[in-house]
Amino acid sequence: MRLRKLVWREMFERKNQLATSFVAILLGIAAVVSIKNITFYSQKAVARELDALGANILVLPKSVSIQDYYSADMQGEEFPEEYVMRLVMSDLQGLDNLSPKLSMPVEVQGRKFTLTGILPKSEFQAKAMWAGAGIFTRPAEGCGEMGEVPDAFKPPVKETLVRQTVIDDLGSSEVLVGADVASLLGVKAQDSVEVMGKQFTVIALLPQTGTVDDSRIFAHLHTVQDLAGKEPVINAIEIVGCCNEISAGLVEKINKLLPDAKVVTVQQVVQTQINTNRMMSRLSMVFIGIIVLVGGASIANYMYANVYERRREIGTLMALGAGSSVILKMFLLKALLLGLVSGISGYILGTALAVVLGPRLAGIPVMPMPMLVLWAVALSVAISLVASCLPARSAARLDPCATLQEQ
Amino acid sequence: MLKMESVSKSYNHRSGTVTALDDANVQIDQGEYVSVVGPSGSGKSTLLLAMGGMLSPTSGKVLFNELSIYDLSPDRRARLRRENIGFVFQTFNLVPYLTAQENVQVPLFLASVGEAEQVERAADLLGRVGLADRLHHKPSELSVGEQQRVALARVLANDPKVILADEPTGNLDPETSAQIIEFFDDLNREGRTIVMVTHDPHAAERAKRVMRLVGGAIQADEAASTRSMPSIGNVG
Ligand SMILES: Nc1ncnc2c1ncn2[C@@H]1O[C@H](COP(=O)(O)OP(=O)(O)OP(=O)(O)O)[C@@H](O)[C@H]1O
Ligand SMILES: [Mg+2]
Repeated sequence: MRLRKLVWREMFERKNQLATSFVAILLGIAAVVSIKNITFYSQKAVARELDALGANILVLPKSVSIQDYYSADMQGEEFPEEYVMRLVMSDLQGLDNLSPKLSMPVEVQGRKFTLTGILPKSEFQAKAMWAGAGIFTRPAEGCGEMGEVPDAFKPPVKETLVRQTVIDDLGSSEVLVGADVASLLGVKAQDSVEVMGKQFTVIALLPQTGTVDDSRIFAHLHTVQDLAGKEPVINAIEIVGCCNEISAGLVEKINKLLPDAKVVTVQQVVQTQINTNRMMSRLSMVFIGIIVLVGGASIANYMYANVYERRREIGTLMALGAGSSVILKMFLLKALLLGLVSGISGYILGTALAVVLGPRLAGIPVMPMPMLVLWAVALSVAISLVASCLPARSAARLDPCATLQEQ
Repeated sequence: MLKMESVSKSYNHRSGTVTALDDANVQIDQGEYVSVVGPSGSGKSTLLLAMGGMLSPTSGKVLFNELSIYDLSPDRRARLRRENIGFVFQTFNLVPYLTAQENVQVPLFLASVGEAEQVERAADLLGRVGLADRLHHKPSELSVGEQQRVALARVLANDPKVILADEPTGNLDPETSAQIIEFFDDLNREGRTIVMVTHDPHAAERAKRVMRLVGGAIQADEAASTRSMPSIGNVG
């Protein structure tokens, strides 16, 4: 028999009485852990996305919300592909690159991916030339912090040499696959895959970027429009704009040109995301407040009831020679164990929620964060100990003889 | 060994002061077997708890081996109880969520005995009270007689010199009582000092000395053989 065993046995034998306090703390900790976990990954994703994204202006259908950047081009709203031509034909200065996209969810070999249609450079240039607009012949230099502007048509990544060359040309039955798609499907370059009943040849695997692109399949825009059975429509145009021009009101000019579309800078989108995250972290502060209050009150209440119920036992232990410090330790150790168990369980539940809900709610992959276990345990142990302080002290100060005399 | 010098204990009540113990002077030597009788509310439990260092008297001194125990710090007093005094209660007061063996281990744990030794000694003691086959039973899975025997084994765990028992047979049928009383005889024969509050004339008879309390005062204190048992519950 050791104190730990004694305390553990009491808790275990009377676990029903503990349940409310345990659940109160558990749910609170779980909520905070999952919010923190999702927020962390979405912040990280924003940073990475921003890093990988060459475009700095998005043209989106009027009705889409930019709350959720990752699915901004996946919300099922469309506008005519003709908008691209309007931009190309315009006399707007500072449009260094245009990349129209149409995305749709597809299932390949029982797995869900996103099929994104893009316009390869060759065709684009042909069109542009044909239209007499020379925007792609303009050098990209002199664009301030944009620096080297990647000329690929989809959000390009610095390391996408492969992509840049292949994107120059993309046949109607050719696809590029993201790194995750490649590993999940086990395909290599030159393999063929069937997407929506059509055979495609994989002409290249894209390198891992850590962004949503990893789980996308890229095909020719017009092929995707055909597969989707749609008119020439697109979900978004990603634009690489010259920074100087952006500050000189490029966005407003595009907006005037395309009054039926929503034109936003990526900065705005990212800011929205950052604001969402900031709200989430405030929300988690509120949750922490609630756990501290509700959980703490519930534990204090339970502990007082427990001390009262066990006063004869306490008196007996004192008669057997237990000093008040043993009694104090007994209840504090119980609080510690309660805090540990509910902290760890809360972490597990919260992490499970984050991993399951993260991709659904925020559209980002969420991994468990072992660091949070320390945080969860520290918080729940602290609440439990503080809430149990007074009850434990009252137990240690019980008059043993009063507890023994009442029959 | 145990000595009370004009010990009084009074409780303050809304309705006035209740004197539970009134100027008690007692001297109990090592190896004595004293029974304490008296009507209900006469202060027997109060006397016993005061003797055992559990109840601080309003006035007077309680000495254990010439040491005034209420002048000690609470922790020192707890240690003194742990090392020298064993309590047996009418309601057994076993820890309900522990098995018989674990209940007997409790005082050993409080005395910082190692776990392996605790287990072994608890099993031995339970064997001694005839419960070798009930080691892993919870109190709720034991008969009342068995529960009191577990409590006896528990009290013996730290080998106390003095055993203070408050109506140890009060909740038992006559047969089981006789068994328990038998144990007390054995313990006394081993040289332990026993003070036992009892309503049971058979139990009181075994004692070598009977102390009678009435209204908080010691009315009679004499060797058992020189007198016959007065009827119990008759307020004098
Ligand atoms: N905590 C207390 N507060 C107030 N009065 C008390 C308290 N404990 C005992 N008393 C009073 O002190 C007196 C003696 O009580 P005590 O328990 O010592 O009697 P007793 O002889 O053991 O009785 P019984 O045979 O019924 O157990 C009683 O009148 C009781 O009401
Ligand atoms: Mg009594």
